[in-house]
Amino acid sequence: MELLLNICIYLPLAGIAAILAVRSDKATKWISLIVTTATFALSLPLLFNFDIANSSTAQYLTEGNPVLTGLDIKYLLGLDGLSLLLFMLTTLMGPIVILSSWDSVKKHLAGYYSMLLLLQTASMGVFASLDLIVFYVFFELSLIPMYFLIGIWGGKNRIHATIKFFVYTLVGSLIMLVGLIYVGYDAGSFIDGYQFSTDWRFLSGDTYQIGLVEQTYLFLAFSLAFCIKVPLFPFHTWLPYAHTEAPTAGSVVLAAIMLKMGTYGLLRICLPLFPNAFVEFAPYLATLAVIGIIYGALVAMVQKDVKKLVAYSSVSHLGFVVLGLFAFNTIAVQGALIQMINHGLSTGALFLIVGMIYDRTHTRQIKDYGGIAKVVPVFAVMFMIATLASIGLPGLNGFIGEFLILNGTFSSEVLPQNAFVVFAALGVILAAVYMLWMYQRVMFGPLKHEKHEKLVDLNAREIGLLVPLVVFMIWIGIRPVDFTQYSEAQVQELLESSNEKRMAIKQSANSQELPQWASTLYDVTDELASKTKNK
Amino acid sequence: MDYLHDINAFLPGIIVGVAGLIGIVIDSYKDDHGAIYGLSVVSLLAGLVLSVTDMFEPAGIAFSGMITYGGVTAFGNAVILFGALFCVLISREYLSAIDHDFGEVYAMVLFATTGMVALASANDLIMIFIGVETMSICLYVLAGIFKNRKTGAEASLKYFLLGAFSTGFLLYGMALLYGATGSLSLPVIAEAASTDLLFVAGAALLLTGFFFKISAVPFHMWTPDVYQGTPTTLTAYMATASKSASFIALMIILSKMIPAETAEWGELIEVIAILTMVLGNLIALVQDNIKRMLAYSSIAHAGYLLVGLAAGTTAGYSAVLFYLLAYTIMNVGAFGVVAYYERQQGLDFTDVNNYAGLGFKRPLMAVLLSFFLFSLAGIPPFVGFIGKYMVFAAAIDAGYIALAIIGVLASAASVYYYLRPMVYMYFREPHKDVPLVQSGLLFRSTLIVLAALTVYLGVAFGDLHNLLTSYYSNEWVALIGG
Repeated sequence: MELLLNICIYLPLAGIAAILAVRSDKATKWISLIVTTATFALSLPLLFNFDIANSSTAQYLTEGNPVLTGLDIKYLLGLDGLSLLLFMLTTLMGPIVILSSWDSVKKHLAGYYSMLLLLQTASMGVFASLDLIVFYVFFELSLIPMYFLIGIWGGKNRIHATIKFFVYTLVGSLIMLVGLIYVGYDAGSFIDGYQFSTDWRFLSGDTYQIGLVEQTYLFLAFSLAFCIKVPLFPFHTWLPYAHTEAPTAGSVVLAAIMLKMGTYGLLRICLPLFPNAFVEFAPYLATLAVIGIIYGALVAMVQKDVKKLVAYSSVSHLGFVVLGLFAFNTIAVQGALIQMINHGLSTGALFLIVGMIYDRTHTRQIKDYGGIAKVVPVFAVMFMIATLASIGLPGLNGFIGEFLILNGTFSSEVLPQNAFVVFAALGVILAAVYMLWMYQRVMFGPLKHEKHEKLVDLNAREIGLLVPLVVFMIWIGIRPVDFTQYSEAQVQELLESSNEKRMAIKQSANSQELPQWASTLYDVTDELASKTKNK
Repeated sequence: MDYLHDINAFLPGIIVGVAGLIGIVIDSYKDDHGAIYGLSVVSLLAGLVLSVTDMFEPAGIAFSGMITYGGVTAFGNAVILFGALFCVLISREYLSAIDHDFGEVYAMVLFATTGMVALASANDLIMIFIGVETMSICLYVLAGIFKNRKTGAEASLKYFLLGAFSTGFLLYGMALLYGATGSLSLPVIAEAASTDLLFVAGAALLLTGFFFKISAVPFHMWTPDVYQGTPTTLTAYMATASKSASFIALMIILSKMIPAETAEWGELIEVIAILTMVLGNLIALVQDNIKRMLAYSSIAHAGYLLVGLAAGTTAGYSAVLFYLLAYTIMNVGAFGVVAYYERQQGLDFTDVNNYAGLGFKRPLMAVLLSFFLFSLAGIPPFVGFIGKYMVFAAAIDAGYIALAIIGVLASAASVYYYLRPMVYMYFREPHKDVPLVQSGLLFRSTLIVLAALTVYLGVAFGDLHNLLTSYYSNEWVALIGG
């Protein structure tokens, strides 16, 4: 099985080699489709054989030898409760994005499909890696194909958009790299025989504890990188550009998978490694998340371009995920995890749908549409389902995620103020406003433009690629437990152990040795310090 | 016996130097420069193979303590010979295409390489001086190959004047050091190291000379003009082999002659490193000429290398060695692709604006350039990332966290200009349809090998890094230091 995981990750690379070898446009498409479908098919056994009871131990583990003497950096892959569903989402989206580009991409096919396949490998690698250096390599590798996808196959302002995307994300992750190296050496001092370690299993465990001052800096370095990737308000400015200019497949992968790398990083790395900073900074970051929810929704409301509207709705939805993570309890974090999947499904579907109509009419302006529901009924149904899922209608997936997050935040000890829930819930209402209003203006009313009378409805390929997404939207909406069960045990355990670690670090902190700001921030008082001394 | 031992120790340098002598004699009887070209390729390859086998041998001294061999010295020589070999391999096609294929070019490259090998093997100030001079004088000639162009004359003259000036510093520093310690041998000087004004002044002047050679800010002014005015494949040679040789010599001086325990030069190097990284990268941002851009980029890379030196630890030194190899691979590659475009008629292909739309015309060359530029930008999984990672890791481990942060921010800025040629090549429509002549098989395969190495060493860097680290194990330091 561990071999299977590796095959899944590297199969797309073999696909690239095949594409470069055959040099035929038609074969290129088919190779890409076969490779991604095979990847998805091969990843299914990983899901079915997953041992849910032991979800907190990484499964299908591939552990290489340390590459450098004395430094514990190794090729370490595996899936656990946190990563399994995101990994599956990635493999599922593979064939879908290939199919979505089938007729719409016409230039430089070999390059285009190679980039999509490379992106696939990088994304799977991010979710499966358990060594932070390996994680970082895949995390950065995903930038290169996206850079070209937007830059070559994108819209009019693609150059500006792609450079902004690349530089913005890279600045964040380079600062994270410094933090990563620091953590590595710091962790190495805890192990005999090694000077350096980035093994997640060790770093997240309770033997490795980071002092409060270091934690603050490290948390800021890591969370900056992830917050840019998410993107959290006010680091979101690259996103609307990138989404609007990217080709459909690029937008889909960006929304469904790449943004999740940010939230996933917050959960996988920031929470267990820096629990004190995570908790103390939670109110601030949750505030940014809530601002993002409201701001994203308000800006989405006034968009004239459907794709931009969906892009801003992403800012809003991802705000929920971040809020859920920082609520720091099982319900909310579970909600955040399932909401990551939900957002991937519903926003992915929305971008696909926008792409489909754009291929027919070559416009994304809301005012250029109106009343087309009668002409393209199947399209209208698909669009409606995705819209409702995005709004969070009960019975569909979005509701489950948002409900769990709001519920968890309400009972959160870390975020005791109810204002978070109140304002976040406002975001749900606003989502209904901007999505339904947009839907109404595009689909209903009298047919505004005569040329749309002959609009062709979805063909079999397009229906085929939307159906799996719709199935999962409904499935998650009706039986969420089928999905949340994978992560439940691990989330609970992770939160408990992180919280214990947090208390232990706080207990052992001495206010005499800490700078003033740190003792204030972490509330380390002299009594506490003297208490531990007396013990 | 002793002679044999000595000769064997310096064999790579001797082979290359003798090949240069023979080559220039043969070349004076022939119109075609095939013979000297072939001779240079063969001799550089032989030297490279010898050095690579030597890398695994224990280190030692030869010529009555004038030079060292084996271990780290052999690795340094291997990097230099590797750079020289690959530059020569791509030079002939490029120089012929622009009608500048002179036999002297190869002779000068061979002589300069001999000087570099001497420099990297030096264990004595006199050897360092001989090495620097042999290398520099040949490079002054190479910088002036475009003798009918203004830029060529400027490059040669500027390089010569400033180079001579810096040699003055170097020599003055050596004289003062001799005065302070009574010896020219590095280990002896190391033992007599003190904080006397005489010793400190001597060391400072010596370092200044080397800062000039590695084009560290504020001694970098010559670099862009010289790199621009020199034929591109020879620029690649200067930027890689000569910089590697100077850097290795600087490292020898810092690690052996004035070890960090006796003189605290860490902060000095730190300041220079920061200036070099920040200024190099910022000025590179606004360059339209791709050769000048690469020149400023090479200044910035000198800054990253200095970060590893500033750390002054085992990890720092081995990181620098690794980085030199990485830097050589990706820079020869990048200049090589530029040379390919530059030889085309019809447009000035040193101007990045003219790269518009080239990406899909000769896809191979554009892809190769992308590989090298991504690697220079330090993006995984290319070797440039591993190099940067290693120097910054060494700095962080040695406590220079601010230095590492400034370094990564500077390198974040650098991404913008490394992406620029790709933006033009892939994202823009061509201004004017210029037919591109295909490159020769040898030229192409040389660049493909380099590109493959950027990925290979970016993934399989473990063994090499372990070897480099082992050089600095205690026995080795004891052997050289004592």
